[in-house]
Amino acid sequence: MNAVLLIDFGSTYTKLTAVDIDNDEILAVASSETTVKTNIMDGFYKAFEVIKAKTCDLDIEYVEKLACSSAAGGLKMISIGLVQSLTSEAAKRAALGAGSKVYRTYSHELSAREISKIIEEKPDIILLAGGTDGGNKDCIIKNAEALSGKIGDIPVVVSGNKNAVDDIENIFEENGIYFKITDNVMPRLNILNVEPAREAIRTVFMEKIIEAKGLGEAEKEIDNIMMTTPTAVLKAVNLLADGTNEEEGIGEILVVDIGGATTDVHSISKGEPTKSGVVFKGLQEPYAKRTVEGDLGMRESASSLYESAGFVKMKKFMANESIDIKEKCEYLSRNIGKIPKTEEEKEVDETICTTAVGLAIERHIGRVATEYSPMGVIYSQEGKDLSETGYVLGTGGAIVKSRNPVKILKSGMESIKDPKYLKPSKPEYLLDKDYILSAMGLLSESYPNKALKILKKHVVNIG
Amino acid sequence: MNNTIVLGVIGADCHAVGNKILDHAFSKAGFNVVNIGVLSSQEEFIDAAVETDAKAILVSSLYGHGEIDCKGLKDKCIEAGLENVILYAGGNLVVGKQDFEKVEKRFKDMGFDRVYAPGTSPAESISDLKDDLNFNIGTMAV
Repeated sequence: MNAVLLIDFGSTYTKLTAVDIDNDEILAVASSETTVKTNIMDGFYKAFEVIKAKTCDLDIEYVEKLACSSAAGGLKMISIGLVQSLTSEAAKRAALGAGSKVYRTYSHELSAREISKIIEEKPDIILLAGGTDGGNKDCIIKNAEALSGKIGDIPVVVSGNKNAVDDIENIFEENGIYFKITDNVMPRLNILNVEPAREAIRTVFMEKIIEAKGLGEAEKEIDNIMMTTPTAVLKAVNLLADGTNEEEGIGEILVVDIGGATTDVHSISKGEPTKSGVVFKGLQEPYAKRTVEGDLGMRESASSLYESAGFVKMKKFMANESIDIKEKCEYLSRNIGKIPKTEEEKEVDETICTTAVGLAIERHIGRVATEYSPMGVIYSQEGKDLSETGYVLGTGGAIVKSRNPVKILKSGMESIKDPKYLKPSKPEYLLDKDYILSAMGLLSESYPNKALKILKKHVVNIG
Repeated sequence: MNNTIVLGVIGADCHAVGNKILDHAFSKAGFNVVNIGVLSSQEEFIDAAVETDAKAILVSSLYGHGEIDCKGLKDKCIEAGLENVILYAGGNLVVGKQDFEKVEKRFKDMGFDRVYAPGTSPAESISDLKDDLNFNIGTMAV
């Protein structure tokens, strides 16, 4: 039979999924620790042996081996724009949508201090934006000049004012900078155009970053590391929502993905106002939007999660209020390999997880503000209105492996009490029970219909 | 030649019709209109002008609170590096039937270059703006 092997080189685990593409079935899954320090393929072979053992009675030919990666620190990015709420924000959204961790966002002309700071942070890619097409070009050109000669071999994706592109091209060529020029992230005021920048980032990731991170070894053995893991997840979620030409999707969806260090939230929705009389303000929202909360996570970020949420918020999720949750969070952030075993440890993990769900979704979704004017009450909306979004999907080990995933998702959502937040009003809850989102995102590159069928089978409705 | 202008209705004012008419009239006259629409704060006018490299900011206000809403806009423009950007204001800028000359003076003192009374035709401000920006019809795409 013909099969495709999908590989996710994660920060901790390398996860393999073998898919029978003749019958659209998952054959086997296996995982092993990621071995980026020695040879990335050691972990792969270990997991592959498990897959072979599980499928030993089948005659399998792997027609494709595709991979995504968030190993070796994932994709670290810095984004630079002109005005903080406009091109800087647009650049940040493009970088996040490309599956990166955005360490910092800069605005206006960069100072020498800021440039030293950028170099100190060792980003994998810099995204340089600024100015609408035909708008301000001085700032982006000055920033290109200031960066060149300082950043060495850090690749730059340029996604700013088209009228500045020729000058920037000259500057970067003279200084031997590795760069890609693409369409403006904000071609007109408040109009967001993130796709070209996302694609350019992905190209640089494939051409430069994989080798630089010591993942190049993998590409001798498998076909390609095609994208970052978050990009693969976003692709899968997008496919599940929108469907293909042959099969319908399930419609608007909100996804929360909890990891040890970060919590990702994805939404597939235009997010336009659903009620009449509400005016949308600010920068347009990306249809497929990803946000990352670096302070919310199960392990590395457990103590920063406590700092953000506080005791009062967290105790609402605990049946046993005598647990010293602050102490537990600090303990877990020092012991990141801890797997919960006792009743109390499980409850602590569930509390942290529920808190992360609530806060991460609260920060992702839009808000409506009430203003009292001489003309009566008026409403303005910033961010996405997801009140008519039908599904909330949970993924990530902490949710998938918990005793009660639906309770975590529900209580997290219900903890967002303020009516100004435009959260899904009556969602159904879904679970990525076999942890296949990133694999299906990869599969969808060549076989979207098959990936969608498998997603519909393995993403289950839990209430 | 850059002929970008930022247009919008300031404050908690959501009168959209005049805004659309001005957008249409200035666009037809050859300006590149960046319309930030109703319910716009001073910061939004300034951010839009910085990002688009606009030459003028045209502020409308219809609900009588224009004076409060416009206060400090010029100072913020200077702070944002937009000291040379031309500022216009127009509409029903103040409550009641006040002497327009006094209103005009108060707005000019606030740093506005031109101020328009209720009922002014867009043609008048278009012609003024072409003068102020030294645009002559021949060089503009009409």
